[in-house]
Amino acid sequence: MWEAIRSNQRRSIVLIMLMGVMLVVLGFVIGMTVDPKAGGPFGALAALALWFFLCLIAFAQGDSILLLSSSAHKIEKEDAPQLWNVVEEMTIASGLGKMPSVYIIENDVPNAFATGRKPESATVAVTSGLLKHLNRDELQGVIAHEIGHIKNFDIRFMTLAAVLMGSIILLSDTFLRSLWYGGAGRRRSRSSREGGQEQIIILAVAILFAILAPIMAQMLYLACSRRREYLADASGALFTRYPEGLASALEKISHHTGSMKQVNRALAPLYIINPLQSVSFAGLFSTHPPTELRIKILRSMSGAGLAEYEAAYKKIHGEKKSCLGARTLAAAESVKAREAGVERDKKSESITRLQEVNDLLTRFGEFLFIPCACGVRIKVPSAFKRNSIACPRCGTTHSIPSAGDSANSNTPKTEERKPFRYVRKENGWESFKCSCGKVIQLSPRFSAPSIDCPQCRRTIEIVNQANR
Amino acid sequence: MESGGAILGIGGLMIGIIIVAVIIILWVIGAYNGLIRFFNEVKNAWAQIDVQLKRRHDLIPNLVETVKGYAGHEKSTLEEVVKARSQAVTASGVQEQAQAESMLSGALGRLMVLVEQYPDLKANQNFLALQEELASTENKIGFARQFYNDQVMKYNTKIQSIPTNIIAGIFNFSAQAFFELENKAEREVPKVQF
Repeated sequence: MWEAIRSNQRRSIVLIMLMGVMLVVLGFVIGMTVDPKAGGPFGALAALALWFFLCLIAFAQGDSILLLSSSAHKIEKEDAPQLWNVVEEMTIASGLGKMPSVYIIENDVPNAFATGRKPESATVAVTSGLLKHLNRDELQGVIAHEIGHIKNFDIRFMTLAAVLMGSIILLSDTFLRSLWYGGAGRRRSRSSREGGQEQIIILAVAILFAILAPIMAQMLYLACSRRREYLADASGALFTRYPEGLASALEKISHHTGSMKQVNRALAPLYIINPLQSVSFAGLFSTHPPTELRIKILRSMSGAGLAEYEAAYKKIHGEKKSCLGARTLAAAESVKAREAGVERDKKSESITRLQEVNDLLTRFGEFLFIPCACGVRIKVPSAFKRNSIACPRCGTTHSIPSAGDSANSNTPKTEERKPFRYVRKENGWESFKCSCGKVIQLSPRFSAPSIDCPQCRRTIEIVNQANR
Repeated sequence: MESGGAILGIGGLMIGIIIVAVIIILWVIGAYNGLIRFFNEVKNAWAQIDVQLKRRHDLIPNLVETVKGYAGHEKSTLEEVVKARSQAVTASGVQEQAQAESMLSGALGRLMVLVEQYPDLKANQNFLALQEELASTENKIGFARQFYNDQVMKYNTKIQSIPTNIIAGIFNFSAQAFFELENKAEREVPKVQF
């Protein structure tokens, strides 16, 4: 993890330098069009000053600028207790010193981003659509991804780069627009006076550069940002120890097409899924790796550690490519052992509890359920001989349908049960389809000899290949 | 000249020894500080678990009161929760605490199963808020435990591996216990009476 963070910091510096150079050149060229003699150096100087100024602002206020421009408002625990709790949970899981502040953007399209200067004063912003469409596990996955960005120092880089890129875009946009509205006339008159053949050439170069610079800045930025997305996905899986949560969240978010109106170009890379593009495609200009690919990688992870993520990535991309980098992985190798050993799959307590309850309920499969008017569901064991039973709460007597004409929904299904078995390939996360079509997922810790399908109640024998 | 060379030789040797000694001392200081940092991280992670466990203990009386209002006759389960809570509150030490907490988790799980039978209770706003709080606290305990165990793993690996194990031996750094909840009490399926 530390290696990845350090390499991110190196990249950030190189990137900021490159963007600065680009900005200076842009300033120089624009200056030249205004005044061919003194304008160039002056423009470059002005651009440099602008760059310093923007860097300062980005460091001091970058996060609040971004939050303001995406019209997010800060919330307290009472406003959205579940979101607040999930952020708190992920803060604990990641070992982050201080909980990030939480913002909500009123927008129906589900999306989220993180920003801030340093991990101690970070911010997580989610759209109201995200809260509406995602369940708790999925929300947890998304927040874990964002906290991953915070923990990996991505947010500083992203905020800084976003503001810089924004300034390049701003400068060229303003320049091009000033050419369009009236500015050109003044310049033409001067050029005719000085007889500038070269003036026209400079103007052409400036226009070309003003068009190209934002694109180049974006490309630079995106190349780095895609790698960060992978790393954040991997950390998200590591924090929750439940890759499926993030995977299904990404799936849901990507299904909600339609772009967010108030997001401008500069902000797009910050979001968990590109808010401007409804169909994700892999290319030089996409801020994010294709979502289907990210989901596929998460789904084929055999554990929850960084090493497992890398393995899954390689499986999908072919052996050669590496997403986290060799240096990161060298540090992650020790994590892998931990993941495979004690820590392999520490799911949250609530999930374990839910499974216990589910186990319990499936055991009721043999029982007869009689709903009483007072709301109590009376569960009658099959061995129960009498033909009536009193409700333990309100005392109403209910007659029990005899075994012969049992119209109970459970019994016919019991007769239909055929032996069905599933052979586990390895001890990671696995899922298979029951004959009724329900997808059942097995956790690495699952060790029981059989599992009951939650939909059709059929008992499926689970055979461990290692034990065979 | 010869004696001068010998003196120079002895002096060189002395300087060499001093340099080596300084390097060793610096390394010892570095390694010791590193261990202290790891140890403090473990302690810090434990404090985080403690905070969450206390929070759960604080939530339970509220929960029991709310459930009592609707299902007062489910005495045995409620009493079990109260008893498990008081045991957990008084427990000390990592192992004992883990044991008591897993008992409490089990009792709470049974209570939640029971609650399924009372639609009025499940519709109660107060209860719903409590349920979210409790579920989240359970999650937080889980994640705090996960983080604590990560830190303990790092710390233990550090003090057991060469060469830091020498420093650990000299300054009496001992391996820390993991916070495990996977014991028999936890795995046991809750009993349900009819």
